[in-house]
Amino acid sequence: MAAEISLLSARIDGSRLVLDAGGRWVADQANEIEALLDIVCRKGLRFDQIEINLAQLERLDTVGAWLIERMRRIATGANIKAQIVGLNPRYKILLDEVAISNKEPPHPHPKKGALQDTLEHVGMAVASSGDDFVAIVRFLGLVITSAGRVVLHPTRLRFTSIVHHLDLVGFRAVPIILLINFLIGAILAQQGIFHFRKFGAETFVVDMVGILVLREVGVLIVSIMIAGRSGSAYTAELGSMKMREEIDALRVMGFDPVEVLILPRLIALIIALPLLTFIGSMAALFGGGLVSWLYGGFLPEVFIDRLRDAITMDTFKVGMIKAPFMATIIGLVACVEGLRVEGSAESLGSHTTLSVVKAIFLVIVLDGLFAMFFAAIGM
Amino acid sequence: MVEIGTSSGGPTNGFGRSGASNVEYAIRVRDLVVGFHETPVLNGLNLDVRRGEVLGFVGGSGMGKSVLTRTIIGLLPKWQGTIEVFGRDLDQADEEEMERIERHWGVLFQGGALFSSLTVRQNVQFPMRENLELSRQLMEEISLAKLEMVGLHRDVLNKMPSELSGGMIKRVALARALALDPEILFLDEPTSGLDPISAGEFDTLIRALQQTLGLTVFMVTHDLDSLYSVCDRIAALADGKVIAEGPIETMLQSQHPWLKAYFHGERARARTKTKTGARA
Repeated sequence: MAAEISLLSARIDGSRLVLDAGGRWVADQANEIEALLDIVCRKGLRFDQIEINLAQLERLDTVGAWLIERMRRIATGANIKAQIVGLNPRYKILLDEVAISNKEPPHPHPKKGALQDTLEHVGMAVASSGDDFVAIVRFLGLVITSAGRVVLHPTRLRFTSIVHHLDLVGFRAVPIILLINFLIGAILAQQGIFHFRKFGAETFVVDMVGILVLREVGVLIVSIMIAGRSGSAYTAELGSMKMREEIDALRVMGFDPVEVLILPRLIALIIALPLLTFIGSMAALFGGGLVSWLYGGFLPEVFIDRLRDAITMDTFKVGMIKAPFMATIIGLVACVEGLRVEGSAESLGSHTTLSVVKAIFLVIVLDGLFAMFFAAIGM
Repeated sequence: MVEIGTSSGGPTNGFGRSGASNVEYAIRVRDLVVGFHETPVLNGLNLDVRRGEVLGFVGGSGMGKSVLTRTIIGLLPKWQGTIEVFGRDLDQADEEEMERIERHWGVLFQGGALFSSLTVRQNVQFPMRENLELSRQLMEEISLAKLEMVGLHRDVLNKMPSELSGGMIKRVALARALALDPEILFLDEPTSGLDPISAGEFDTLIRALQQTLGLTVFMVTHDLDSLYSVCDRIAALADGKVIAEGPIETMLQSQHPWLKAYFHGERARARTKTKTGARA
């Protein structure tokens, strides 16, 4: 026993089981000790008395102390007299401390099956989509009331804030919007030329690109981009302000958070999105034109001439009219989600994700509704 | 005699009470220089924390109390100087040894720093889960025992940190800091933000835990009551150095203007009026 210290050895003394504990009864050894004590508990319950001798103990920590206490409780539960001897007074407080803890067994984890879990989740998601609709409508009401107040007292309009957000969501988004729309326009034209060529209809590519970009793709791509770029930023900003009670602070100082934080953001978005849609559409047409020239062989003059015939003012208006509505829905969803953030970092993350997902979904739904509407009024 | 199991003494021996009784100091800091950008915050600081004592560390706001704590636990790089923990120079310790040393200290951050996406139970079990191989049942029992030790009821087990009050967050954070049975406990303003009753309970709790578990406690605090009731010794920080070190009496007798203002100021006087009678 020179290098090896025995953790637990047992000897039988008449009807008594004597357990000699030794070495380090600490967390690192807990697995071994627990296994040893399990053996003792399985085999040792036929004795009348168990004596636990701790004299050889080198070191004891909470885990070790708890294991001794657990052993003692199991023995007592089986009507066996358990006795602790040779305890170093230094460890007495520790043993006393664990003796008063864990009086009841720990709560079992609530266990649910995977199927039940999934069904529950789906049900909650359906129910919460109804709540979302109500929340957005209520929030729209709040925004309109506070916009009304601002109209009556124009000095309360936070002009600086609007300009600041306009810079963030509008001006700084220009490069990425230009690039992405240019690429989309170019790809549309390339695909159109490639497939239309089979039946000699290349020239109609101009019609396709023009109508598609101005009516649908331009505004959709910009809205999706802005939902991902600015909607998420709004949610994260408002959410972290909510977490740090900044919004409550505003409220108690007599400010209306909707007026101070949300209105400027929404106004900036409603101004920026049509502008971005316009330059985005132009970039897409430019990309389409460039590919038509380089890949399809139309000279730029020809492209512009065909474009003039293919599209009307209405085509352009349809795209532009949609833009502010898209902006409103993105802004509303972002702000509603931002204000729903609760204390934790995880909640901030999940609401930011939700904000983007919901905004993109609603943008597409709205686009579908507009398509029906414009078809009905013949635009 | 039936041998049921053995353990090898070997290198897993901890730093603490076992064996290494020649180490009198839990922490020794020598000529420490730490700063941000070009300006040093701590400039040639020396500090000893004895084994098994509660050291209160005081200093004005922005003087670098937290900087010292964060430097000792390795969150801030030092410019110069040596830090010894359990007699081991942290610069000389290799990765494995560092990991072992880190396992033997627990840190209570000022704001609790509980993981907000985990429940109380998961927060307390997190260090155990990562560092130890414990059976599920044992882990449940130990985490509950730790929570009960810090005076919490089992009902909090499944709560999220955002549902807890400030005092409860501190207690859960303390339970988490104690999860691995550390030998040194770093407390950064443990009683700030607590009401006087909770703060008093927290002091008692720290004292009790310190005696039960034989902890060395390094406590950054502003709370005069904690200094009087819990701390064995006090170290005061000013101008980047420890200007005084010793029991409360030493602090009271010090002629340093900052210490005089601190211990004989308006709030201190209000305190001594009520407490000196009881001490005498």
